[in-house]
Amino acid sequence: MAEYWYVRPEKEEAVNFFFNSGRKPDYTQKFEINEKDFIHTGRATAEMKLLLKRLGVEATVLRRFAIIGYEAEINITAHSRGGEMICNVYPDLVHVVFEDKGPGMKDIEQSMTPGFSTADQEIRELGFGAGLGLPNIKKNTDMMHITSAENSNTVLEIIVFFKENE
Amino acid sequence: MSLKLDLLLTEINGKILTGNSDLQKINVTGGYASDLLSDVMGNSREGDAWITIMRHLNVIAVASMVGLPVIIFARNTEPEKTIIEKAEAEGICLISSPLSSFEISGKLYILLNQK
Repeated sequence: MAEYWYVRPEKEEAVNFFFNSGRKPDYTQKFEINEKDFIHTGRATAEMKLLLKRLGVEATVLRRFAIIGYEAEINITAHSRGGEMICNVYPDLVHVVFEDKGPGMKDIEQSMTPGFSTADQEIRELGFGAGLGLPNIKKNTDMMHITSAENSNTVLEIIVFFKENE
Repeated sequence: MSLKLDLLLTEINGKILTGNSDLQKINVTGGYASDLLSDVMGNSREGDAWITIMRHLNVIAVASMVGLPVIIFARNTEPEKTIIEKAEAEGICLISSPLSSFEISGKLYILLNQK
């Protein structure tokens, strides 16, 4: 299994603390994401964005969360056999796990390269497949962790803190 | 830099597609022209008018996610009724213009930068 880690440097301590603390989320919600269902893709993210907004999360953070969630949902819809999005909400952050049913990535580093895409014509005609999905996620997240391998499933895990400068 | 939408509408010979849009209330602070969804998500700014020829449902989803109040469809592109209804529900104003993306961008740029 290949692995990819990214932590925004200023959030390193907070991310380590999160993983070592064994904290339990206040709220968890799971969404199904279906293969090639471009009509409903993004719905889970929209619902979560609304929930976080009601919790008082500020607009710039909401926007970053929405970009990450939408790109990740599109990835599952476009490139996998479907999967799920599990959102864990804590008082100070949201932790999301996107897990699909394969077929996995040949080369994660390559998928992280802006402009690299395996999207077919159908996906491109819908305006996706620019090879900017994972780079966009990286740009907006405080932490991302990917595990994947060919003929295996892909798991993407992300954290967004509600306060940007702490 | 900010612009009321009614000024732009005349310049681009635009037609409003969404029934509930109040042009006096919509404030455009910039613009972004692109036909790639991830490019728009990654690089547009909140308050931008988005100029595109794409007209499927995901366009509305992207605009809603990143806070784009207006989508201008170039070259008389018009989305289907269900998509217009979705935009109305999301509070996004849809405009169709006979001009090309290039021409709309140019007019918007001038309007935004004139004092």
